[in-house]
Amino acid sequence: MTCDPTDRPAGPDAVTCTGLVHAFGDTRAVDGLDLSVRQGEVFGLLGPNGAGKTTAIRCITTLLPVPAGQVRVFGHDPAVDRMAVRRLLGYVPQQLSADAGLTGRENVTLFARVFDVPRRERADRVAQALAAVNLTDAADRLAKTYSGGMVRRLELAQALVSAPRLLILDEPTIGLDPIARTGVWEHINAVRAATGMTVLVTTHYMDEADQYCDRVALMHRGRIRALGTPAELRRGLAERRRARGETAAGDPTLEDVFRDVAGSGLDDTSGDFRDVRSTRRTAQRLG
Amino acid sequence: MSEAPAAPPSASADRVAGDGIGLLVRAPAPRPGWRLLPARIGAMCAVELQKLRHDRTELYTRAVQPALWLLIFGQTFTRIRAIPTGGIPYLDFMAPGIIAQSAMFIAIFYGIQIIWERDAGVLNKLLVTPTPRSALVTGKAFAAGVKSLVQAVVVIVIAALLGVAMTWNPLRLLGVAAAVILGSAFFSCLSMTIAGIVLSRDRLMGIGQAITMPLFFGSNALYPVAVMPGWLQAVSKANPLSYQVDALRGLLLGTSAHLALDFAVLVLAAALGITAASSLLGRLAR
Repeated sequence: MTCDPTDRPAGPDAVTCTGLVHAFGDTRAVDGLDLSVRQGEVFGLLGPNGAGKTTAIRCITTLLPVPAGQVRVFGHDPAVDRMAVRRLLGYVPQQLSADAGLTGRENVTLFARVFDVPRRERADRVAQALAAVNLTDAADRLAKTYSGGMVRRLELAQALVSAPRLLILDEPTIGLDPIARTGVWEHINAVRAATGMTVLVTTHYMDEADQYCDRVALMHRGRIRALGTPAELRRGLAERRRARGETAAGDPTLEDVFRDVAGSGLDDTSGDFRDVRSTRRTAQRLG
Repeated sequence: MSEAPAAPPSASADRVAGDGIGLLVRAPAPRPGWRLLPARIGAMCAVELQKLRHDRTELYTRAVQPALWLLIFGQTFTRIRAIPTGGIPYLDFMAPGIIAQSAMFIAIFYGIQIIWERDAGVLNKLLVTPTPRSALVTGKAFAAGVKSLVQAVVVIVIAALLGVAMTWNPLRLLGVAAAVILGSAFFSCLSMTIAGIVLSRDRLMGIGQAITMPLFFGSNALYPVAVMPGWLQAVSKANPLSYQVDALRGLLLGTSAHLALDFAVLVLAAALGITAASSLLGRLAR
């Protein structure tokens, strides 16, 4: 592991997982995951469908129990101290999960209420969250009239209204067109810059991770196979290639790094049925 | 994966900086313990009312079936006079039963809705907020109750037009509303409990269909318990729908009813339902 401990901010890491294992029946979706996400960074958890990213996220977000290993979120155990962990989290699941039968403003107001935003500042806070994702003009339309990119930004506003210390995004740009993807990332970055929150994001778009993540972990078959800044990982592969005497065309991309560390097993791992189905469903709802 | 997002800084990003997000830096203070649950239940109920306000089509389409029961089944069976109703016209006897039935038919499919919300990610996201499961379940139960109340109003109005002599005493009507909401809360929680066990929409559909019929016909909604065979009378005694119908009949028509027992059973059933459904709700997100 290539963690550099010198520039850490004070206090516990935002997330640590030690030897995390979670199995569905005989399938070990997460199989000995070791991970630490530092406060204030944008950390990308990368991997193909079925790598175990979403399962790991569900353990961190208190949705799944932690049968083996240890998980800490700012020092709290999500398997025990669930409410304390939930108060620190903003969570955007893989599916487009805004309530289509409510307006944008009502969607955000609900999340302000369930995080105990006092009534006197609720309307202002909701307005600020909507403005932060550039949805002020569409705020009073039903979410079912929104485009895919707008729904994603609305979900971002829902997560941001409670000022989370850790924002967890599961495949935030899945199924979006390139312009909408850029828009989502711009808003994530702008809010992070203003609030200093930690962002943990899963994606299988290596190009996005390269561009927007401070550090990335490459996950394959339930475990981390490589960890570092995107530049470190690319440099590492270039050095390995030189050492092996290979002459590859051009500088390696993160995708090349991934193929290198995942080895030959990559192509036959296409994710379990449920994963594929939910991805398809998301793509369909996005149109 | 090949089309890398080109990143020209757009106007939207500039605007984020300009708009000010001062309030979004500070996390809100948690509400003290005992006030948390009522506040969350209030939030979940409010959101269900907002959804109903935006889309009322279900309210209207749902009103068709109870109306047809009264108009077709009720008017026909009133002429037959085969069912001992204790001296009141059959249409009067069955009207409270139809209120309870339409409420149950609405409530029994709430499990499908909660599975749909799981599939859409709406449920998962709420489960990750500091909201007790019981508040999420109670919100749904409340929504089922509100929809059922609308049905009850429709049935009462149609029955009145058909000449059924029902009470207009506001206190009694308040009791009717309470019985309708409690019954809907129980049946929607029963459905959500089954959803938490079977976890899939298809299986829940089958089970929902299978239990609706015996719950309805194994109650006193269409005929008095006395005409049932012994074993079915026992079923009817364990069926909360029977107590709901008994209460509705007593309140609306002034027939003899065991109101204290009826409401005790309904409150207990609703409480048990909420407890069971909320303890199984987390399974849906696994």
